[in-house]
Amino acid sequence: MTMLIYDGSFAGWLTTVFEVYERKLPTVHIMAADRETPDAFAARMQVITDEAKAARVWNGILRHSSPDTGEMIWRAFLSELAGVEDTLLVMVRYLFSGIADAGKNYGHPAVLETTQTARKVWREKHRMEAFVRFRRLGDGLFYAGVEPDHNVLPLIAPHFKGRYADQQWLIYDLKRKYGIYHDHATGEVREVNIDTGEGQRSNDETLLDPSEPAYQELWKAYFRHTAIPERKNLKLHLRHVPRRYWKYLVEKR
Amino acid sequence: MDWERIREKLEILSDAAKYDVSCSSSGSKRVNKEKGLGDTNGMGICHSYTEDGRCISLLKILLTNHCIFDCAYCVSRKSNDVKRAGFTVDEVVDLTINFYRRNYIEGLFLSSGIFSDADTTMERLVRIARRLRTEQRFNGYIHLKAIPGASEELLREAGLYADRLSVNIELPSDQSLKLLAPDKDPGSITRPMSYLSGAIAAAKDEQAESSKAPVFAPAGQSTQMIIGATPETDRDILYKAGSLYSGFGLKRVYYSGYVPVLRDERLPAQEAQVPFLREHRLYQADWLMRLYGFRADEIVNDEAPQLDAAIDPKLSWALRNLDLFPVDINTAPYELIVRVPGIGINSAKKIVSARLFGRLDWDQLRKIGISVGRAKYFILCRDSKPRPGDLQAQTIRQRILSQAQSKFVNQFTRQLPLF
Repeated sequence: MTMLIYDGSFAGWLTTVFEVYERKLPTVHIMAADRETPDAFAARMQVITDEAKAARVWNGILRHSSPDTGEMIWRAFLSELAGVEDTLLVMVRYLFSGIADAGKNYGHPAVLETTQTARKVWREKHRMEAFVRFRRLGDGLFYAGVEPDHNVLPLIAPHFKGRYADQQWLIYDLKRKYGIYHDHATGEVREVNIDTGEGQRSNDETLLDPSEPAYQELWKAYFRHTAIPERKNLKLHLRHVPRRYWKYLVEKR
Repeated sequence: MDWERIREKLEILSDAAKYDVSCSSSGSKRVNKEKGLGDTNGMGICHSYTEDGRCISLLKILLTNHCIFDCAYCVSRKSNDVKRAGFTVDEVVDLTINFYRRNYIEGLFLSSGIFSDADTTMERLVRIARRLRTEQRFNGYIHLKAIPGASEELLREAGLYADRLSVNIELPSDQSLKLLAPDKDPGSITRPMSYLSGAIAAAKDEQAESSKAPVFAPAGQSTQMIIGATPETDRDILYKAGSLYSGFGLKRVYYSGYVPVLRDERLPAQEAQVPFLREHRLYQADWLMRLYGFRADEIVNDEAPQLDAAIDPKLSWALRNLDLFPVDINTAPYELIVRVPGIGINSAKKIVSARLFGRLDWDQLRKIGISVGRAKYFILCRDSKPRPGDLQAQTIRQRILSQAQSKFVNQFTRQLPLF
């Protein structure tokens, strides 16, 4: 048993897969450095991310499966669930075993688990696209802070870029301490990393655009009045809008 | 801006619009051109949910609730004593844009009371859509209500700006419409429907030939009917829906369980319950027609004119057609697998894909996500045991009901309040 510690990035994980094959390691346990739980009985090895090795594995995956399967592996990886790196390694080994269309065999446990994990991440991606609420700040920036369970900012960036092309916006992951920022002048979305209380920006009333509280009030009024009291069904409501998302939602605070 | 006044209008005009149940924002793909605002991605997004559990995707409002008609089922009817209000064009545009920029909504669903004649009302709706599309360069979703009796010129222009248009059929039969909406003649509803259906189909053909051809209501048209206010059976309702799907190519028919808000001897008493369960079963039946390949007369017919309240319509159909079962999961065509109770579209697709790698067993089927508790009476798989004689429909029904403790029972039958 070898414990492989990598930097938590997708390229880092791909490099780890490369090392597993290169060194013919039979049993491994892959862990991101910041989620490492020590194991006194296993050999420990630090993997240094190497773009070239990562690319070789990635191309191998695509060659042995399809762009869809590759995309699915990436999405499942972004789940950051404990043990997902190991499941994905089993998945890759199965893909590399040479069985045609192996990625579509939902009867195989790793394929099924990867599919289901990818779907979980995709669901949260969809929820984030729905539940992000921008606040307009005095300098014209539309700001939203989020704390998703999975690392979905890379997945939602294209959606917001396409939609708010004429707008300057920032979506900040308060848990992972990075954000995606759209500069409408250049049209680029880039990752930003501001450790100094970026998440607090929008909570400071003095930073808000003067009209912001008014539009929030209007939205709350709309939310109340578009409901039909005779049909009230809080159980259903909660299933669609789980409590852990309420903190983002203007209308639920 | 007079925020207080705007808020009051918004409250009145969203209150008046909320009985239109559609809030779909799917079916249209509009890309954001040259750094304009917004797009529609084809899937639709629910940005929130009301406390009654319905999707909030659009800003759904009436332009005004002043109305010259006196339809018995409508809160905005002329003779009803409610607060009236009307938005200006600017106000609707401003609200839409500012809600959209904050990611509250996918777009606008605009309807209106008929404040003078049909064309004047329709023209105002079209003007708002035009402003959004041209001045504001807005590519988000727009659903406009086509006012019964509006001219074809206005409908044509509406279709150029809107993603979806809808004319409400209101009630499942012409007799009921005459009784409850004496100002509306059935023809004033079906004529615009028929015009839109032709225009949508023609625009699709032109699009297929040249992508430069103008789009016309790319998300199609939909309609709504109120159920439970009049005596039609489920068969009448679903046959009507079936004919709207096939005759006018509608994207969706919405069923709105009548909420008894008005006192009128032609309507159910105000104490009547909203028919939630019936509405739910109708939607299930509707899904079977649109996505599972069922015909209306397979779901309801002269022998079974009402949907079974206790079980879903697919199970109900299967129990009436036991001679078609059991089907072998490892050989049956997709079309038949998708008809098995307990197997949805996603699972059926996975089964058809996974069985190429080997014959599937119960454990794999369970992991794929089928509901084995229901499906087991209708399928065979690799490790099926020979069945102990054929089960009767009644027995299967009892067993499924007793083990499932129908999850809908609690959801749809509420306790009456004590006071």
